[in-house]
Amino acid sequence: MFIPQRIKADFPIFKNQPQLIYLDSAASSFKPQPVLDKLNEYYTNYSVNIFRGIYKLSEKATAEYEGTRVKVAQFIGARRSEEVIFTRNTTESINLVMYAWGMPTVKKGDEIITTIMEHHANFVTWQQLCKITGARLKIVKLRTDYTLDIDDLLSKITPRTKLVAFTHVSNVLGTINPVKALIKQIKTKNPQCLILIDGAQAIPHLPVNVDELGADFYAFSSHKMLGPTGVGVLWGRYELLDKMSPFQYGGEMIRAVYKDRSEFQPSPHKFEAGTPDIAGVIGLGAAIDYLTHLGMDAVRAHEQEIVAYGLEQLAKVKSLQLIGPTDPKIRGGVLTFTIDKIHAHDIAQILDSNNICIRSGHHCAMPLHIELGLVSTARASVHVFTTKRDIDALVSALHKVVKTFA
Amino acid sequence: MDDLYRENILDHYKHPRNFGKLIKKNAQASDNLVSCGDELGLELLLKNDRVSEVKFHGQGCAISVAAASMLTETIKAKKISDLQRLNRDDILRLLGISLTPTRLKCALLSLEILHKALKNYGIQSHR
Repeated sequence: MFIPQRIKADFPIFKNQPQLIYLDSAASSFKPQPVLDKLNEYYTNYSVNIFRGIYKLSEKATAEYEGTRVKVAQFIGARRSEEVIFTRNTTESINLVMYAWGMPTVKKGDEIITTIMEHHANFVTWQQLCKITGARLKIVKLRTDYTLDIDDLLSKITPRTKLVAFTHVSNVLGTINPVKALIKQIKTKNPQCLILIDGAQAIPHLPVNVDELGADFYAFSSHKMLGPTGVGVLWGRYELLDKMSPFQYGGEMIRAVYKDRSEFQPSPHKFEAGTPDIAGVIGLGAAIDYLTHLGMDAVRAHEQEIVAYGLEQLAKVKSLQLIGPTDPKIRGGVLTFTIDKIHAHDIAQILDSNNICIRSGHHCAMPLHIELGLVSTARASVHVFTTKRDIDALVSALHKVVKTFA
Repeated sequence: MDDLYRENILDHYKHPRNFGKLIKKNAQASDNLVSCGDELGLELLLKNDRVSEVKFHGQGCAISVAAASMLTETIKAKKISDLQRLNRDDILRLLGISLTPTRLKCALLSLEILHKALKNYGIQSHR
């Protein structure tokens, strides 16, 4: 049984702040006790560098670090753990692909496709690559129901398309894109083009199998999936990673160095120059254990139920407009809305005085807001610990907001 | 924090004073807070070293609009030399509230625009 109230008890921040209603997990999630314990275990018991020492402590740290790589691979359905690269966050994962694959490969006249619903990380990166290389950026439109315009996407694919980069779940609209079907259709039109999926809002909330999806790259962050900040993951197909050159140079990624040349490690280590966030990676392992124990199908079922309830309850607030698909089956854990004549910052501020945390602004998706003609929106987002009572508190505080501004 | 939305602030937000555009003006400026989506413009008619007319336009949150509305009320008929000295504390005094760093930007938007308008007119501010 999935009992969010009991799950809440695993998150010490709620013990310290029992009144807190946290509805901003799409920005960053809280961390359960086992993750904090794991960080503490590393710093208390084997807080040394990896890959270096012959001594037992270093062997232990290395085993924990590499053990997490195996856990990540299993969690996302990767064929081999060498396809899992640790980065700082989703943004860096996407930038790794831009620098290590895009810069040497993409030429003037090539085309890169992204969508209007992207987070800046999966938009600006490609916009800038196109500026540098002279390639053309094509931006896929939305349909009126806030889903991706698939016809528009497919019509943009040509023999010159080098990359299609799109999100699994929109961080503003909540739209869950039919990634597997889309990739199949894209690859039918152009089998050579590569596909990068921004999974930052999907991995923490849905069962994902990268191999079944048929993607080439998949990026996500630890801190949104109950893990520590400072760690991200890039998954890539091994044949691609094997051909790509390193993105940064330095320690840990070297096989041999001479005065005039260097030889690099194979993937993933050639992409992990310098001492990584060892504690963070090991902590991510504990977050994966925690989510696996809950079961990602159960996590998704719970969040879908909360979102369905939220959509229904929010619709009762006067002059509130919900933004995003109305069908909870194709909507992730975000409830985005505007209220007539009330700025999102004012909504968030009044909610804060009621101990409710939501996000307001453009959520790092300015092109989407401009497209929708909105200056800013308010967003409440859910996670494993979100209860229907949290939604009730949100709705009742929103009634107060409306009353204040009436 | 509910304190932020006192009656006078809400009143200025819902019924902004001096809202609109001037037909005759000789100083103006506008600015925005991209991350908030706030966008305000200020128009002034300066005559005999004083503010003869002032209006503002645009959109913003309650704090930025109320601050702009109060600012226009305050500077009307004031000497230009008084305007040059207007600073952050004056705005906070007008609003009568304390603000977190994020919301301070909203409160100070219209003041920044006023100093920009004076600069466009050829008058340097000393804050």
